[in-house]
Amino acid sequence: MHKFNKKVGKSKPAISTASLPDIVFMLLFFFMVVTKMRDTELKVSINTPSASELTKLEKKTLVNFIYIGRPTKKYEKEFGTKPRIQLGDKFATTDDIPLFLEKHKVTVPEAQRPSIISSLKVDSDVTMGIVGDVKTALRKAGQVKVNYSAKKRERTK
Amino acid sequence: MAKKSSKDRMNNEINAGSMADIAFLLLIFFLVTTTIAEDKGVLVKLPPWSDEPPPPLKLNSRNVYSVLVNSSNQLLVRGEPMPINKLKENTKIFIMNPNKLENMSESPTEALISIKNDRGTSYKTYLEVYNELKAAYNELWDEASQKKFGKNFEDLNKDQREQITSAIPLVISEAEATAFGEEK
Repeated sequence: MHKFNKKVGKSKPAISTASLPDIVFMLLFFFMVVTKMRDTELKVSINTPSASELTKLEKKTLVNFIYIGRPTKKYEKEFGTKPRIQLGDKFATTDDIPLFLEKHKVTVPEAQRPSIISSLKVDSDVTMGIVGDVKTALRKAGQVKVNYSAKKRERTK
Repeated sequence: MAKKSSKDRMNNEINAGSMADIAFLLLIFFLVTTTIAEDKGVLVKLPPWSDEPPPPLKLNSRNVYSVLVNSSNQLLVRGEPMPINKLKENTKIFIMNPNKLENMSESPTEALISIKNDRGTSYKTYLEVYNELKAAYNELWDEASQKKFGKNFEDLNKDQREQITSAIPLVISEAEATAFGEEK
Protein backbone atom coordinates (compact mmCIF):
# COMPACT_ATOMS: atom_id res chain seq x y z
CA MET A 1 0.00 0.00 0.00
CA HIS A 2 2.62 2.47 0.93
CA LYS A 3 4.10 2.02 -2.50
CA PHE A 4 1.58 4.54 -3.73
CA ASN A 5 2.05 6.91 -0.90
CA LYS A 6 5.53 7.63 -2.07
CA LYS A 7 4.18 10.05 -4.62
CA VAL A 8 3.10 12.47 -2.01
CA GLY A 9 5.57 15.20 -1.43
CA LYS A 10 7.33 14.83 -4.76
CA SER A 11 7.36 18.10 -6.65
CA LYS A 12 5.75 18.19 -10.07
CA PRO A 13 8.45 18.18 -12.71
CA ALA A 14 7.87 20.52 -15.63
CA ILE A 15 7.47 18.80 -18.98
CA SER A 16 10.58 19.43 -20.97
CA THR A 17 9.88 21.28 -24.19
CA ALA A 18 13.40 20.90 -25.44
CA SER A 19 12.40 18.28 -28.02
CA LEU A 20 9.53 20.36 -29.34
CA PRO A 21 11.66 22.07 -32.01
CA ASP A 22 12.83 18.66 -33.19
CA ILE A 23 9.30 17.42 -33.62
CA VAL A 24 8.26 20.57 -35.41
CA PHE A 25 11.30 20.41 -37.66
CA MET A 26 10.44 16.86 -38.54
CA LEU A 27 6.96 17.95 -39.63
CA LEU A 28 8.48 20.90 -41.41
CA PHE A 29 10.83 18.74 -43.45
CA PHE A 30 7.99 16.40 -44.30
CA PHE A 31 5.95 19.22 -45.75
CA MET A 32 8.95 20.73 -47.49
CA VAL A 33 9.55 17.46 -49.27
CA VAL A 34 5.97 16.78 -50.33
CA THR A 35 5.25 20.37 -51.31
CA LYS A 36 5.13 21.19 -54.93
CA MET A 37 5.01 24.93 -55.30
CA ARG A 38 2.23 26.01 -57.56
CA ASP A 39 4.33 27.60 -60.24
CA THR A 40 1.57 28.43 -62.65
CA GLU A 41 -1.57 30.34 -61.98
CA LEU A 42 -4.57 28.55 -63.44
CA LYS A 43 -6.42 30.84 -65.77
CA VAL A 44 -8.96 28.25 -66.79
CA SER A 45 -11.27 26.42 -64.44
CA ILE A 46 -10.55 22.72 -64.34
CA ASN A 47 -12.51 19.99 -62.69
CA THR A 48 -11.03 16.73 -63.90
CA PRO A 49 -13.31 13.74 -64.42
CA SER A 50 -12.87 10.57 -62.40
CA ALA A 51 -11.50 7.28 -63.64
CA SER A 52 -10.36 4.00 -62.15
CA GLU A 53 -7.41 2.90 -64.30
CA LEU A 54 -4.91 5.47 -63.17
CA THR A 55 -1.17 5.65 -63.57
CA LYS A 56 0.87 7.81 -61.29
CA LEU A 57 3.18 10.38 -62.81
CA GLU A 58 6.50 9.51 -61.25
CA LYS A 59 9.11 12.01 -62.38
CA LYS A 60 7.81 15.55 -62.23
CA THR A 61 10.63 16.89 -64.37
CA LEU A 62 9.59 14.66 -67.26
CA VAL A 63 6.06 15.97 -67.33
CA ASN A 64 4.64 18.97 -69.09
CA PHE A 65 1.16 20.18 -68.39
CA ILE A 66 -1.46 21.32 -70.84
CA TYR A 67 -4.62 22.78 -69.39
CA ILE A 68 -7.92 22.94 -71.22
CA GLY A 69 -11.01 24.56 -69.77
CA ARG A 70 -13.18 27.61 -69.74
CA PRO A 71 -11.52 30.86 -68.64
CA THR A 72 -12.15 31.73 -65.02
CA LYS A 73 -14.36 34.67 -64.02
CA LYS A 74 -11.40 37.00 -63.96
CA TYR A 75 -10.51 36.36 -67.59
CA GLU A 76 -14.01 35.89 -68.95
CA LYS A 77 -14.24 39.42 -70.28
CA GLU A 78 -11.00 39.22 -72.17
CA PHE A 79 -11.10 35.67 -73.45
CA GLY A 80 -14.77 34.74 -73.54
CA THR A 81 -16.40 31.60 -72.21
CA LYS A 82 -15.35 29.13 -74.87
CA PRO A 83 -12.89 26.45 -73.76
CA ARG A 84 -9.30 27.58 -74.13
CA ILE A 85 -5.87 26.03 -73.89
CA GLN A 86 -3.41 27.21 -71.29
CA LEU A 87 0.29 26.45 -71.70
CA GLY A 88 2.57 27.50 -68.89
CA ASP A 89 0.92 30.59 -67.50
CA LYS A 90 -0.72 32.00 -70.59
CA PHE A 91 -3.55 31.30 -72.95
CA ALA A 92 -2.49 29.64 -76.17
CA THR A 93 -3.69 27.98 -79.33
CA THR A 94 -2.77 24.62 -80.80
CA ASP A 95 -0.11 26.36 -82.92
CA ASP A 96 1.86 27.17 -79.77
CA ILE A 97 2.10 23.55 -78.68
CA PRO A 98 5.23 22.51 -80.66
CA LEU A 99 7.26 25.41 -79.28
CA PHE A 100 5.99 24.73 -75.76
CA LEU A 101 7.01 21.06 -76.02
CA GLU A 102 10.40 22.01 -77.43
CA LYS A 103 11.01 24.48 -74.60
CA HIS A 104 10.29 21.78 -72.07
CA LYS A 105 12.35 19.22 -73.95
CA VAL A 106 15.59 21.19 -73.74
CA THR A 107 15.39 21.16 -69.94
CA VAL A 108 15.44 17.36 -69.92
CA PRO A 109 18.64 15.33 -70.37
CA GLU A 110 18.79 13.73 -73.78
CA ALA A 111 18.66 10.15 -72.53
CA GLN A 112 15.35 10.73 -70.78
CA ARG A 113 13.61 12.55 -73.59
CA PRO A 114 11.70 9.55 -74.94
CA SER A 115 9.93 9.17 -71.61
CA ILE A 116 8.50 12.68 -71.52
CA ILE A 117 4.80 12.61 -70.77
CA SER A 118 2.27 15.30 -71.53
CA SER A 119 -0.30 15.58 -68.81
CA LEU A 120 -3.61 16.86 -70.14
CA LYS A 121 -5.63 18.51 -67.42
CA VAL A 122 -9.00 18.88 -69.01
CA ASP A 123 -12.27 20.03 -67.54
CA SER A 124 -15.02 17.41 -67.69
CA ASP A 125 -17.45 19.78 -69.44
CA VAL A 126 -15.19 20.40 -72.40
CA THR A 127 -16.12 18.72 -75.66
CA MET A 128 -13.76 16.51 -77.63
CA GLY A 129 -13.31 19.01 -80.44
CA ILE A 130 -10.61 21.05 -78.74
CA VAL A 131 -9.13 17.97 -77.06
CA GLY A 132 -8.90 16.28 -80.46
CA ASP A 133 -7.11 19.30 -81.89
CA VAL A 134 -4.59 19.20 -79.06
CA LYS A 135 -4.12 15.46 -79.58
CA THR A 136 -3.44 16.02 -83.27
CA ALA A 137 -0.96 18.78 -82.46
CA LEU A 138 0.82 16.51 -79.98
CA ARG A 139 1.03 13.69 -82.49
CA LYS A 140 2.40 16.03 -85.14
CA ALA A 141 5.03 17.20 -82.67
CA GLY A 142 5.99 13.60 -81.95
CA GLN A 143 4.74 13.65 -78.38
CA VAL A 144 2.76 10.41 -78.15
CA LYS A 145 2.81 9.69 -74.42
CA VAL A 146 -0.20 11.36 -72.92
CA ASN A 147 -1.75 11.19 -69.50
CA TYR A 148 -5.37 12.26 -69.09
CA SER A 149 -5.42 13.67 -65.59
CA ALA A 150 -8.26 12.25 -63.53
CA LYS A 151 -9.46 11.71 -60.00
CA LYS A 152 -9.44 8.28 -58.42
CA ARG A 153 -12.62 6.29 -58.21
CA GLU A 154 -13.44 2.64 -57.73
CA ARG A 155 -13.74 0.32 -60.68
CA THR A 156 -17.35 -0.36 -61.63
CA LYS A 157 -18.63 -3.83 -60.97
CA MET B 1 32.67 45.84 -12.81
CA ALA B 2 32.98 45.70 -16.56
CA LYS B 3 35.08 42.58 -16.31
CA LYS B 4 32.49 40.86 -14.25
CA SER B 5 29.66 41.55 -16.63
CA SER B 6 31.60 40.21 -19.61
CA LYS B 7 32.26 37.05 -17.71
CA ASP B 8 28.57 36.81 -17.06
CA ARG B 9 27.86 37.05 -20.73
CA MET B 10 30.26 34.24 -21.53
CA ASN B 11 28.28 31.96 -19.30
CA ASN B 12 25.02 32.82 -20.98
CA GLU B 13 23.57 30.30 -23.40
CA ILE B 14 21.59 31.18 -26.45
CA ASN B 15 17.95 30.84 -25.63
CA ALA B 16 16.62 28.08 -27.83
CA GLY B 17 13.06 28.55 -26.69
CA SER B 18 12.10 30.61 -29.73
CA MET B 19 13.40 27.95 -32.09
CA ALA B 20 10.08 26.15 -31.88
CA ASP B 21 8.27 29.35 -32.83
CA ILE B 22 10.43 29.88 -35.86
CA ALA B 23 9.98 26.29 -36.93
CA PHE B 24 6.23 26.59 -36.44
CA LEU B 25 6.17 29.66 -38.60
CA LEU B 26 7.93 27.82 -41.43
CA LEU B 27 5.72 24.80 -40.89
CA ILE B 28 2.56 26.84 -41.23
CA PHE B 29 3.91 28.51 -44.34
CA PHE B 30 4.49 25.14 -45.99
CA LEU B 31 1.15 23.81 -44.77
CA VAL B 32 -0.60 26.68 -46.49
CA THR B 33 1.30 26.54 -49.75
CA THR B 34 1.18 22.77 -50.07
CA THR B 35 -1.06 21.30 -52.70
CA ILE B 36 -0.75 17.58 -52.56
CA ALA B 37 -0.94 17.23 -56.29
CA GLU B 38 -3.33 14.70 -57.74
CA ASP B 39 -0.95 13.81 -60.50
CA LYS B 40 -2.63 10.68 -61.63
CA GLY B 41 -4.35 9.91 -64.83
CA VAL B 42 -5.17 7.52 -67.60
CA LEU B 43 -1.98 6.86 -69.54
CA VAL B 44 -2.49 6.69 -73.27
CA LYS B 45 -0.10 6.21 -76.14
CA LEU B 46 -1.18 8.15 -79.20
CA PRO B 47 -0.36 6.81 -82.64
CA PRO B 48 2.46 8.73 -84.32
CA TRP B 49 1.42 11.18 -86.98
CA SER B 50 1.92 10.45 -90.63
CA ASP B 51 0.87 12.64 -93.49
CA GLU B 52 -0.02 9.78 -95.75
CA PRO B 53 -3.22 7.98 -95.02
CA PRO B 54 -2.49 4.57 -93.49
CA PRO B 55 -2.74 1.64 -95.89
CA PRO B 56 -6.14 0.01 -95.68
CA LEU B 57 -5.85 -2.84 -93.25
CA LYS B 58 -7.39 -6.12 -94.16
CA LEU B 59 -9.19 -6.86 -90.96
CA ASN B 60 -11.69 -9.52 -90.40
CA SER B 61 -14.70 -7.62 -89.15
CA ARG B 62 -15.31 -10.21 -86.43
CA ASN B 63 -12.11 -9.06 -84.76
CA VAL B 64 -13.00 -5.39 -84.61
CA TYR B 65 -14.91 -4.01 -81.66
CA SER B 66 -16.04 -0.62 -82.76
CA VAL B 67 -17.25 1.87 -80.20
CA LEU B 68 -18.87 5.03 -81.47
CA VAL B 69 -19.68 7.89 -79.14
CA ASN B 70 -21.97 10.53 -80.59
CA SER B 71 -22.34 14.18 -79.70
CA SER B 72 -25.13 13.47 -77.23
CA ASN B 73 -22.82 11.07 -75.43
CA GLN B 74 -24.57 7.87 -76.48
CA LEU B 75 -22.70 4.73 -77.31
CA LEU B 76 -23.06 2.61 -80.38
CA VAL B 77 -21.13 -0.62 -80.02
CA ARG B 78 -20.93 -2.78 -83.13
CA GLY B 79 -24.08 -1.18 -84.44
CA GLU B 80 -26.07 -1.62 -81.25
CA PRO B 81 -26.73 1.04 -78.61
CA MET B 82 -25.24 0.13 -75.26
CA PRO B 83 -25.28 1.76 -71.82
CA ILE B 84 -21.81 2.61 -70.60
CA ASN B 85 -22.02 0.40 -67.53
CA LYS B 86 -22.29 -2.71 -69.71
CA LEU B 87 -19.32 -1.78 -71.86
CA LYS B 88 -16.61 -3.38 -69.75
CA GLU B 89 -18.34 -6.76 -69.38
CA ASN B 90 -19.16 -6.95 -73.08
CA THR B 91 -15.64 -5.95 -74.05
CA LYS B 92 -14.21 -8.72 -71.92
CA ILE B 93 -16.53 -11.26 -73.49
CA PHE B 94 -15.63 -9.99 -76.94
CA ILE B 95 -11.89 -10.28 -76.38
CA MET B 96 -11.85 -13.69 -74.76
CA ASN B 97 -14.80 -15.14 -76.68
CA PRO B 98 -15.38 -17.93 -74.14
CA ASN B 99 -18.17 -19.56 -76.13
CA LYS B 100 -16.25 -19.44 -79.40
CA LEU B 101 -18.95 -17.45 -81.14
CA GLU B 102 -18.68 -16.73 -84.84
CA ASN B 103 -19.06 -12.98 -84.50
CA MET B 104 -16.47 -12.35 -81.80
CA SER B 105 -12.68 -12.22 -81.85
CA GLU B 106 -10.83 -15.29 -83.09
CA SER B 107 -8.33 -14.94 -80.27
CA PRO B 108 -7.30 -12.21 -77.83
CA THR B 109 -4.23 -11.44 -79.96
CA GLU B 110 -6.42 -10.70 -82.96
CA ALA B 111 -8.89 -8.48 -81.14
CA LEU B 112 -8.85 -4.77 -81.89
CA ILE B 113 -10.84 -2.03 -80.22
CA SER B 114 -11.69 1.02 -82.22
CA ILE B 115 -13.07 4.23 -80.76
CA LYS B 116 -14.59 7.00 -82.74
CA ASN B 117 -16.12 10.14 -81.34
CA ASP B 118 -17.73 13.33 -82.54
CA ARG B 119 -16.26 16.73 -81.91
CA GLY B 120 -19.28 17.39 -79.73
CA THR B 121 -18.73 14.37 -77.47
CA SER B 122 -18.05 15.48 -73.93
CA TYR B 123 -14.57 14.80 -72.63
CA LYS B 124 -16.04 13.19 -69.55
CA THR B 125 -17.85 10.53 -71.56
CA TYR B 126 -14.86 9.95 -73.78
CA LEU B 127 -12.58 9.37 -70.82
CA GLU B 128 -15.15 7.13 -69.19
CA VAL B 129 -15.34 4.98 -72.31
CA TYR B 130 -11.57 4.82 -72.55
CA ASN B 131 -11.38 3.98 -68.89
CA GLU B 132 -13.91 1.14 -69.19
CA LEU B 133 -12.01 -0.37 -72.10
CA LYS B 134 -8.76 -0.15 -70.20
CA ALA B 135 -10.46 -1.63 -67.15
CA ALA B 136 -11.60 -4.58 -69.26
CA TYR B 137 -8.00 -5.27 -70.23
CA ASN B 138 -6.72 -4.77 -66.71
CA GLU B 139 -9.25 -7.25 -65.38
CA LEU B 140 -8.37 -9.78 -68.06
CA TRP B 141 -4.69 -9.38 -67.22
CA ASP B 142 -5.43 -9.83 -63.56
CA GLU B 143 -7.40 -12.99 -64.24
CA ALA B 144 -4.71 -14.38 -66.51
CA SER B 145 -1.92 -13.66 -64.07
CA GLN B 146 -3.90 -15.17 -61.19
CA LYS B 147 -4.32 -18.31 -63.23
CA LYS B 148 -0.73 -18.49 -64.38
CA PHE B 149 1.28 -17.13 -61.47
CA GLY B 150 -1.21 -16.93 -58.63
CA LYS B 151 -0.49 -13.23 -58.21
CA ASN B 152 -2.10 -9.98 -59.20
CA PHE B 153 -0.86 -8.40 -62.40
CA GLU B 154 0.57 -5.48 -60.46
CA ASP B 155 2.85 -7.73 -58.43
CA LEU B 156 4.42 -9.47 -61.39
CA ASN B 157 7.91 -8.74 -62.60
CA LYS B 158 8.64 -7.37 -66.04
CA ASP B 159 9.11 -10.72 -67.76
CA GLN B 160 5.91 -12.16 -66.41
CA ARG B 161 4.02 -9.04 -67.36
CA GLU B 162 5.27 -9.32 -70.87
CA GLN B 163 4.06 -12.90 -71.08
CA ILE B 164 0.59 -11.81 -70.05
CA THR B 165 0.38 -8.74 -72.26
CA SER B 166 1.64 -10.58 -75.30
CA ALA B 167 -1.10 -13.16 -74.83
CA ILE B 168 -3.72 -10.42 -74.46
CA PRO B 169 -2.31 -7.33 -76.17
CA LEU B 170 -4.05 -4.02 -75.63
CA VAL B 171 -4.88 -2.51 -78.99
CA ILE B 172 -7.11 0.54 -78.91
CA SER B 173 -7.19 2.54 -82.09
CA GLU B 174 -8.76 5.93 -82.35
CA ALA B 175 -10.25 7.30 -85.51
CA GLU B 176 -10.31 10.99 -86.38
CA ALA B 177 -13.27 12.68 -84.79
CA THR B 178 -16.17 13.53 -87.01
CA ALA B 179 -17.03 17.20 -87.11
CA PHE B 180 -20.37 17.08 -85.48
CA GLY B 181 -21.86 19.04 -82.61
CA GLU B 182 -18.98 21.51 -82.37
CA GLU B 183 -19.02 23.76 -79.35
CA LYS B 184 -20.86 27.02 -79.76
